[in-house]
Amino acid sequence: MKMKALIPLGLFAVLVVFLAIGLTRDPHEIPSPLIGKPAPLFTAPQLKSPGQQFSAKDMLGKVWILNTWASWCVACRQEHPILVEFAKTKTIAVIGLDYKDQNVDGLQWLARYGDPYDLSVTDRDGRIGIDFGVYGVPESFLIDKAGVIRYKQIGPITEEALRDKILPLVRELEK
Amino acid sequence: MKYCLALILALHCTLSAWAGEAVPLAEDPVVEQRMIAISEELRCLVCQNESLAGSRADLAQDLRRELRTLVKANKSDAEIMEYMVSRYGDFVRYRPPVKPMTWMLWFGPFLLLIGAIVVLVRTVRRNQRGETPAALDPDQRKKAQALLKDTGTSS
Repeated sequence: MKMKALIPLGLFAVLVVFLAIGLTRDPHEIPSPLIGKPAPLFTAPQLKSPGQQFSAKDMLGKVWILNTWASWCVACRQEHPILVEFAKTKTIAVIGLDYKDQNVDGLQWLARYGDPYDLSVTDRDGRIGIDFGVYGVPESFLIDKAGVIRYKQIGPITEEALRDKILPLVRELEK
Repeated sequence: MKYCLALILALHCTLSAWAGEAVPLAEDPVVEQRMIAISEELRCLVCQNESLAGSRADLAQDLRRELRTLVKANKSDAEIMEYMVSRYGDFVRYRPPVKPMTWMLWFGPFLLLIGAIVVLVRTVRRNQRGETPAALDPDQRKKAQALLKDTGTSS
């Protein structure tokens, strides 16, 4: 009889556990279906020399990061110093995708905050971003030697994310 | 006369500027209608509780532009959905597909309903059988009477 009375309490506890787990999740982090899939092979004009095209094909055989940024993006300023520091270590190539930006603004922004990118390409109309499933800048993709997306950072790259997730994965992929 | 002409020209300029802004909507009503029908089934990734059709977010506008292109290229609804899902995942659809991952989502409410009906039927039946609580044994009866007496004197 007493056990039966505890059933509602038990159900309630289960509900609380589920809700508590729900609270720790960020509804803005939508898991990308592109992880484990080949990265779109885009070509785009380079930011610093618009006459020259960059092709993602050229990166096959290398582990690299595609980092989307924009001069109008506030959160990018938060991750930028971390990227600048990371670039100094010369671990892997970082390609910037200047998303929906004016070239002049992008160049000014790099001059002001530092340029951690091996090179940046422009995505004026946001089509490359859409192919990568970008829905908010900054987003970053770690791409392996075979051109497969292995990790996506939604929002700014934090020091923890770099240390605990990205760098261990880079070491593994570089083997 | 000169002023008049200038005025007409100026008016003409403002009018044509106005007309220019409205063009994208009226460009091709059939394409637009299909695009809107599809985008109502899709979630805007930026403001997640809005459909792609109703959102004014920058990304939503870009995605509507892409959908418009796909509609113009005579892609089927399924192909267009695939385009969106392959980039943004099932979350982008307001009606996620039925698959093991989403079984709980689709069938969970019905399971709860069945469970509730079972409990309800059992409770009603028990009450109909007129089950009364077990009678008190002499010891308990004494105790109860003592308690009742107690409250009687104290109040």
